[in-house]
Amino acid sequence: MLKALKIHEMDNVAVVLGNVEKGEDVILSNESLNCIQAKDMIPVYHKISLTEIPEDGPVYKYGEIIGLASRLIQKGEHVHEHNVKSVLKTNN
Amino acid sequence: MKFSGYKRPDGKIGIRNYVLILPTCNCSSETCRMVADMIDGTVTFTNQNGCSQTQDDVQYTIDILSGFAANPNVYGTIIIGNGCEVCGAERIYDNIRKRTNKPLHKLVIQECGGTEGTVKKASELARKLVQESSLLHSELYDLSHLIVGTECGGSDATSGIAANPCVGRMSDRLVEKGGTVILSETTEFMGAERILAERAVNEKVAARIFEITERYENYLKNLNTDLRGTNPAPGNKKGGITTLEEKSLGCIYKGGSTKIQAVYEYAEEVTEHGLVIMDTPGADSASLCGMAAGGAQIAVFTTGRGTPIGNPVIPVIKVTGNQETYKKMHCNMDFDASPIITDNISAADNGDELFELVVKVANGYKTQAEIFKMREVGIARLCNYV
Repeated sequence: MLKALKIHEMDNVAVVLGNVEKGEDVILSNESLNCIQAKDMIPVYHKISLTEIPEDGPVYKYGEIIGLASRLIQKGEHVHEHNVKSVLKTNN
Repeated sequence: MKFSGYKRPDGKIGIRNYVLILPTCNCSSETCRMVADMIDGTVTFTNQNGCSQTQDDVQYTIDILSGFAANPNVYGTIIIGNGCEVCGAERIYDNIRKRTNKPLHKLVIQECGGTEGTVKKASELARKLVQESSLLHSELYDLSHLIVGTECGGSDATSGIAANPCVGRMSDRLVEKGGTVILSETTEFMGAERILAERAVNEKVAARIFEITERYENYLKNLNTDLRGTNPAPGNKKGGITTLEEKSLGCIYKGGSTKIQAVYEYAEEVTEHGLVIMDTPGADSASLCGMAAGGAQIAVFTTGRGTPIGNPVIPVIKVTGNQETYKKMHCNMDFDASPIITDNISAADNGDELFELVVKVANGYKTQAEIFKMREVGIARLCNYV
């Protein structure tokens, strides 16, 4: 079973430590009883959602907001550019 | 917990005891190298700058050169200038004297019989300084005398999840003991400045954090470059980094979780205790040099991909969170943070081990970069040569 690392207790995403296939179970390495089924294929070191995150809801990693969900993210989904937006202003 | 250090006449405590052969400019660098190659106990480097620079860049060069001479790891310095450069030996001498009263000599190639005459005079002086320095006894000092610079370079996905949290723990431990940790690389704060500002000890420090990031950004905008627009880079995204704030957060995790006590200019002398920020560029050697000139006696450098670089006046401890890199570049790595990923070791436990290594290095244990004599120097700059 593949492992994922939740960096801060407040986080709602974890970093997967190997390539994860859709439907595969992922275990949180620092919370050994917590297991999540991946809803997508997730490449190594990418993020998996640990809870359902509503649209515009904060995505927490390092105990801080790394962006907002650009749509509803379900538990077990791959969390990346396709469903997260930065909250920073850009100069473009 | 204490470390064995050398007390300098200016009151600072060094963990190494070098004689620095200091090139004021590019033209005197190889002459310095001849002296350093000959005399054991000396260090030198190639100074790419010192002349044909704009006023601001000249100031950066002066601050780095005088900061190196003032670094507590340096017993004394022999300045070697060429004679016609902007950062002349006299000028560097005066600037060093503003920062320290340690042994100091100056020689000018154009006035000392060229390279042969200068090498002869410089090696005589260097022999004398090295012998004097060898008589110095080390004594035990409190960890509150330690300043540790933090740096990341050649980052990969493991840096943000293993190596930087590990260093963060080390930072917290050192701050708890009254020591100082420098968080550097302003370009990598961008996107996280609000989070850093919230951790500032007061509003003035918070304002300074916004000021240095805005200043950097405006400077880049003047060159029609937008860091936010190009970051995270495609390689970062492929590696799993989604947003700029995520990338910056992974980076600032090195500083740990304590309050930010002060913000320093590039190469400025660090005097506060606790966690502080220095305004440095993301370029590894230039950032390391800024912190060394600011008085750091050690640097801790996280690298996922692996890099061999060091510094002429401070030991650089390499930390990788990438198990493959630790194996493939074993000769360049000092600490393995990959058990956080592979063995369920917590960042706290791993960081405690790193803290012990930092104290061990303060006590004289040599880093890989020191053993290989890695002494890369980069100096921050704003403008092309003129």
